[in-house]
Amino acid sequence: MKVIEVENLTKRFGSFTAVDNISFSVEKGEIFGFLGANGAGKTTAMRMLCGLLVPTSGKGVVAGYDIQHQSEKVKASIGYMSQKFALYEDLKVWENIRLYAGIYGVPEKETKERTDMLLAELGFEKEKESLVKSLPLGWRQKLAFSVSIFHNPEIVFLDEPTGGVDPVTRRQFWEMIYKASERGITVFVTTHYMDEAEYCNRVSIMVDGRIDALDSPSALRREFAAASMDEVFRHLARKSKNNGL
Amino acid sequence: MREFRIFVQKEFFHIFRDRWTTLILLVLPVLMIILFGFGITTEIRNTKFAVYDPSRDAATQEIVNKLESSDYFTLDSYLSSPGDIEQLFKEGRVGFVIVFGEKFYQSMLHTGDAKIQLIADGTDPNTASILTNYATALINTYQQELFASQLIAESGKRGITAETRLLYNPTLKSAYNIVPGIMGMILMLICAIMTSVSIAREKELGTMEVLLVSPMKPFLIILSKLVPYFTISIINYITILLLSVFVLKVPIAGSLVLLTALSLLFIFVSLSFGILISSLVEKQIVALLISGMLLMMPAVFLSGLMFPVESMPQVLQWFSHILPVKWFIIAVRNVMIKGLGFSSIIKEVAILTGMGIIILMASIKKFKYRLE
Amino acid sequence: MLKYLLEKEFKQFFRSRALPKMAVIMPFMAMLIFPLAANFEIKNINLAVVDNDKSVTSVKLVNKITSGGYFRLAESAATYGDAMRGVELNRSDIILEIPSNFERDLKREGEAKLFIAANAVSQTKGGLGSAYLAGIIGDFNKSINTQLKDGAITISPRFWYNPRLLYTYFMVPALMVMVLAMVCGFLPALNIVGEKENGTIEQINVTPVNKLTFILSKLLPYWIIGFVVLTICFFVAWFAYGLVPAGSLATIYLFAALFVLSFSGFGLVISNYATTLQQAMFMMFFFLLTFIFMSGLYTPVANMPDWAQKLSIISPLKYIIIVLRQVYLKGSGFTDLLNSFWMLSAFAIFFNGWAVLSYRKKS
Repeated sequence: MKVIEVENLTKRFGSFTAVDNISFSVEKGEIFGFLGANGAGKTTAMRMLCGLLVPTSGKGVVAGYDIQHQSEKVKASIGYMSQKFALYEDLKVWENIRLYAGIYGVPEKETKERTDMLLAELGFEKEKESLVKSLPLGWRQKLAFSVSIFHNPEIVFLDEPTGGVDPVTRRQFWEMIYKASERGITVFVTTHYMDEAEYCNRVSIMVDGRIDALDSPSALRREFAAASMDEVFRHLARKSKNNGL
Repeated sequence: MREFRIFVQKEFFHIFRDRWTTLILLVLPVLMIILFGFGITTEIRNTKFAVYDPSRDAATQEIVNKLESSDYFTLDSYLSSPGDIEQLFKEGRVGFVIVFGEKFYQSMLHTGDAKIQLIADGTDPNTASILTNYATALINTYQQELFASQLIAESGKRGITAETRLLYNPTLKSAYNIVPGIMGMILMLICAIMTSVSIAREKELGTMEVLLVSPMKPFLIILSKLVPYFTISIINYITILLLSVFVLKVPIAGSLVLLTALSLLFIFVSLSFGILISSLVEKQIVALLISGMLLMMPAVFLSGLMFPVESMPQVLQWFSHILPVKWFIIAVRNVMIKGLGFSSIIKEVAILTGMGIIILMASIKKFKYRLE
Repeated sequence: MLKYLLEKEFKQFFRSRALPKMAVIMPFMAMLIFPLAANFEIKNINLAVVDNDKSVTSVKLVNKITSGGYFRLAESAATYGDAMRGVELNRSDIILEIPSNFERDLKREGEAKLFIAANAVSQTKGGLGSAYLAGIIGDFNKSINTQLKDGAITISPRFWYNPRLLYTYFMVPALMVMVLAMVCGFLPALNIVGEKENGTIEQINVTPVNKLTFILSKLLPYWIIGFVVLTICFFVAWFAYGLVPAGSLATIYLFAALFVLSFSGFGLVISNYATTLQQAMFMMFFFLLTFIFMSGLYTPVANMPDWAQKLSIISPLKYIIIVLRQVYLKGSGFTDLLNSFWMLSAFAIFFNGWAVLSYRKKS
């Protein structure tokens, strides 16, 4: 079953084409990596899928809803974690969870029980009453991810979730992603850490707004006769008109 | 020196890239001149009045005509009963009501005790007293004319009469009082607030650190931040002078050179203030609030710009002494409006110079400390 | 949904360091300090006297002038030139010159002249000051010469609603409006721009929260706080100045609600266009200044040039200030204030309509 289907999706800002006629689909339960250099159009594409940006042309269906006309329904079925840390720093840990759970309509009693379970799982029991601004970055990112899937969305969109996080925490973060995936949540993740690309079921690589490659990491390595995803990526990025490499 | 030029250039880029800020920086003085120059005026014009006149004779008619033909007043309506007065005031339709006594003309000619009541809306006390003063003066002129035409005999000698001269501003235009104040406010705003916010911004964004590790001397970095605001304040100074001379028709009575020198001194004080504030804070919003609360609000309310300092409670009067802008406004009034020379502003210049030096020293000390 | 968002706003409000303090301090500042500072009342005018006569009458005259409360004797100068020096150095505001032979002329001829020179740079002080002085001299004139009549007409001024002509009565109701404008118009707008700058608004935008819910969650807390603050203002005005509304409080609350609705709409418009706090603050500063000066807060709108009067139509502050003053001092009722009612309603529709049209949850 496909949970994301995109056909000929395009977004222009004035004369600049940020996303150029892309088409792809994502299966339920998949971990789908969305790769590309800075400015390749990853974030723009993702923002369209989340209903934050209106496409210039093309069609997209997320969780069975049209992204252009049913964006509010799309929003009810997804979770989102942005590149910039976006929980409220002046709210406590449990207050942030309660806020977002409430927004998505999770019953209050269930929220209470699951909050304690979640905090135990993360090892944050002691931080329940702490203000979010007092937590270290890695902890905050883990918390933000947990909040974004607290309401059991069909799909969660993660925009460079591990930027600026240390390797140990990154590892733990990916373990959390796997767990979510086991629960049946489809994960759509952008990153530019190529080692993370290896953890995905399938990856797409964007160059100058187009998708230049899309397959499982092993198939891509084979296709480009490369030893690692890093090499695949550099091979493709070299073709870019405006690469920074 | 080349590095310094590059730094200055960067600052100009910052300012002019943000269109909103540029617009506000250049348009603000124009707006302020117009708002203060025209928005705050106690010159009475076309105030509406109503008449309750049970006599309806030649004299009352003449007095009403006299009031109406002046620029100050416009006739709103005649009332049929004194009970209507209340309603008129409640709707806020008229500034005052003139109530004539009965048999006005006869009383005036024969018994000499014709009565007029001027009932003013005291909500705005100053306007009310000015209104009644003007109306009284107009009625008195009518009486003088009667004396002159010898319709009624003048009641003997006049006793004491006073001859009044209004110095410096014979037509009593509010703009004369306001222009020096706006000048002080704008220069303070641009130099102190904008500088402090822009330095705080670099601190907040972390770019200040990058600048500080460059080979450039910290002193020059700060100086390069000051140059654009200095330039803009000079432009504003010129704009204000042009607007006040040509739009508000406030002439520069004294020496332009002296006025300019005085303004440069004040710009120096304000810039030092800006640096001091920025060396104390880490965040833009705090810089904005501090300079707003400590500099702008007092500059508007306590400096004598609009409201006479002498009418304030003693504590506020003391407080006003520590505001540089107060001394600047006094000095500008002396030079620009009264046309006096340097000797009249020695005290103000000395105070401003002293303040400038102290503030600058404090901020340099504070700034160095921050680097260690 | 709204419940959770409101909960969040209140927590954030009370957790922030500055906001709750401000909500308490602001009404006291506005009610106690501003009316004292923002005061056009003329008191303590510095008078320089050049008494060339030094007679019993001249001394009596000066005593009468300086005992009235308006004038204080700053200097007794020997010559007019000396007194003029004092004016130049701002030691004195008004010069009264009494010519030699003043008393003799008055007794022999029945007529004598005085000279007044006022520093008119400040029109209030110079103009009103010299008028007061002339008035006091007129009274003195009558008191020493009982046969003297004013003429055939007696003019008696009356000041209704504020017979003691207290400037604070004029300012206090209007300053309540300023407090309301700050709390209900600016704070929610700055709050929204703050969320924009932090990026938290994006997280909300991908949730199913709709426009109206989000905006209401921002406005409601400040509306509630605004009304609490307004009520504090009523009490402070009562205790400090004995000022209670002559009209009904219900009328004030009704119009305040209407004003708050329109002014928060204005704040929302700004928050939609500004991307940084700095920009938002500047825009507000710019518009607030325009609104205030076009509102008749300090001097009547009727005194302004015609073009400025036309421009003043666009200041929402103008209408609510009229309402507060009329209800407080004159006891005007709803039907007396219909014009303000329609104008404020029009502003409410205009600003909120604009805010909704310019708000973008997605672009």
